[in-house]
Amino acid sequence: MALSLKQRSVLPGFGLTMGFTLLYLSLIVLIPLSATFLKTAAMSWSQFWNTVTEPRALASYRLSFGASLIGAAINMVFGMLAAWVLVRYSFPGKRVVDAMVDLPFALPTAVAGITLTAVFARNGWIGSYLEPRGIKVAFTPLGVVVALTFIGLPFVVRTVQPVLQDLDAEIEEAAASLGASRWQTVTRVILPALLPALLTGFALAFARAVGEYGSVIFISGNMPMRTEITPLLIVTKLEQYDYAAATAIGVVMLVMSFALLFIINLLQWWSRRRYA
Amino acid sequence: MAGTVALSVAATSITRTRATTEPALVRWTLIGVVLVFLGLFLAVPLAAVFSEALGKGVAAYFAAFREPDALAAIRLTLLTAAIAVPVNLLFGVAAAWAIAKFEFVGKNLLITLIDLPFSVSPVVSGLIYVLLFGLQGWLGPWLAEHDIKIIFAVPGIVLATIFVTFPFVARELIPLMQAQGTEEEEAARVLGAGGWQTFWRITLPNIKWGLLYGVILCNARAMGEFGAVSVVSGHVRGLTNTVPLHVEILYNEYNSTAAFAVASLLAMLALVTLAAKSIVEWKSQRQMAAGKRTAAEGKVR
Repeated sequence: MALSLKQRSVLPGFGLTMGFTLLYLSLIVLIPLSATFLKTAAMSWSQFWNTVTEPRALASYRLSFGASLIGAAINMVFGMLAAWVLVRYSFPGKRVVDAMVDLPFALPTAVAGITLTAVFARNGWIGSYLEPRGIKVAFTPLGVVVALTFIGLPFVVRTVQPVLQDLDAEIEEAAASLGASRWQTVTRVILPALLPALLTGFALAFARAVGEYGSVIFISGNMPMRTEITPLLIVTKLEQYDYAAATAIGVVMLVMSFALLFIINLLQWWSRRRYA
Repeated sequence: MAGTVALSVAATSITRTRATTEPALVRWTLIGVVLVFLGLFLAVPLAAVFSEALGKGVAAYFAAFREPDALAAIRLTLLTAAIAVPVNLLFGVAAAWAIAKFEFVGKNLLITLIDLPFSVSPVVSGLIYVLLFGLQGWLGPWLAEHDIKIIFAVPGIVLATIFVTFPFVARELIPLMQAQGTEEEEAARVLGAGGWQTFWRITLPNIKWGLLYGVILCNARAMGEFGAVSVVSGHVRGLTNTVPLHVEILYNEYNSTAAFAVASLLAMLALVTLAAKSIVEWKSQRQMAAGKRTAAEGKVR
């Protein structure tokens, strides 16, 4: 018993469901992903390195990671505020606002892309206010930030919300009765308790933003070296039938996403220990 | 990574005293800041879809749907979702059963692997199938010999959609079924129920809301996926264009009204998804609350 891989159970169906799970997982996910890594093995190391560090690729990493970081940071601040307001205060229309937070999950990215472009273009609802004041959003790196902020919006709200809900009112009462001001209670008692959830939300929003394609390509204008994100560079290489370059840059993105996934798992493990 | 955060917990209302809340001025300022932020980033773009779509009148709006290419795109999107959602539903239930009802070595690794498609960029999700089935890919020459087209054809679109929606049902069900434990199923088995009987009569009623929620999210993503599908589709009008790809083509042709008209269909799908999600959340909270009540009554007895 001690050495068996699976504990005994009276329930049936382990073999069937586990077998199907492993087969389907391998066929759809594991084999295609490994094939991608194997494909780069056909390139020599210097070929691979030159492809993934050419100036155009480096510029795209800078934009993708930079804009994703800014977007995730904006979402950390406003997502925290939104979670706070939705959990702690009541105001008319709160349930609708709460439901609407998930819009970026539900709205197809291509729709988000064209509508954000329309809103922030020179003649758009918001663009027509900003452009006369010298702030160009559409077809600039700022537009990329706007799109990535939009698609990352629900993550921080939805990771912080349940934690804030479960936070005991008693610890705040204790802080207040020990003489802490409200500001001290918020910054010294509540924020530290929310930190793992906040960071998890930040990492999730960042990871989603780095790989995002549909909502960005319309508003960014796609100028090489300036407003070209890494996923778009992969598509461009594919359209030029440069499969080797597309694969090499794709592998860089895959390695980055796996690293982020690892960090997110660590953060979630930390949160679970914190909130258990 | 896209898409799912587990059903949120029911709000508990605590009466807050002056020491544990903020002054009214601070409260309303914060509410104002949040509403302006969400208004700018959510409400304005959503309203703009419908405003742009109807900008040239109702006739122009409906003309966009009479195009044969638009109808073909709608048909293809429905077909893709009709294949991708059921297979991922089947997988989700099977995986959740194996993971939640049994103890085995390597469970956490398996859960992480199931989540993998969420952390892969949509473009890379399409790319991996091009590298496998494309002409330059591993199986490309063999497929070409046998005259089977996967990339730049419907099978590729379905495969890419299955990949990006792969974890949705499984990751809703796994935590739910883990929380519910195995006692009820074990009792059913001991009382003589068969395996399938146990599943249909005991497990399925317990997980139905979570299951529905997973299917709703899976369907929304399947119908709306853009990046992965765009890489494998080849953009053949009337043949390999899904609705989101059709929106892109119309937009790039400066046919803005038609692009937004078709986009408004997808926006309505999003709104229906959000509404359905709210209803399911509410129902599952009631179910959980009822479950807790009966459990508590059981303890009292």
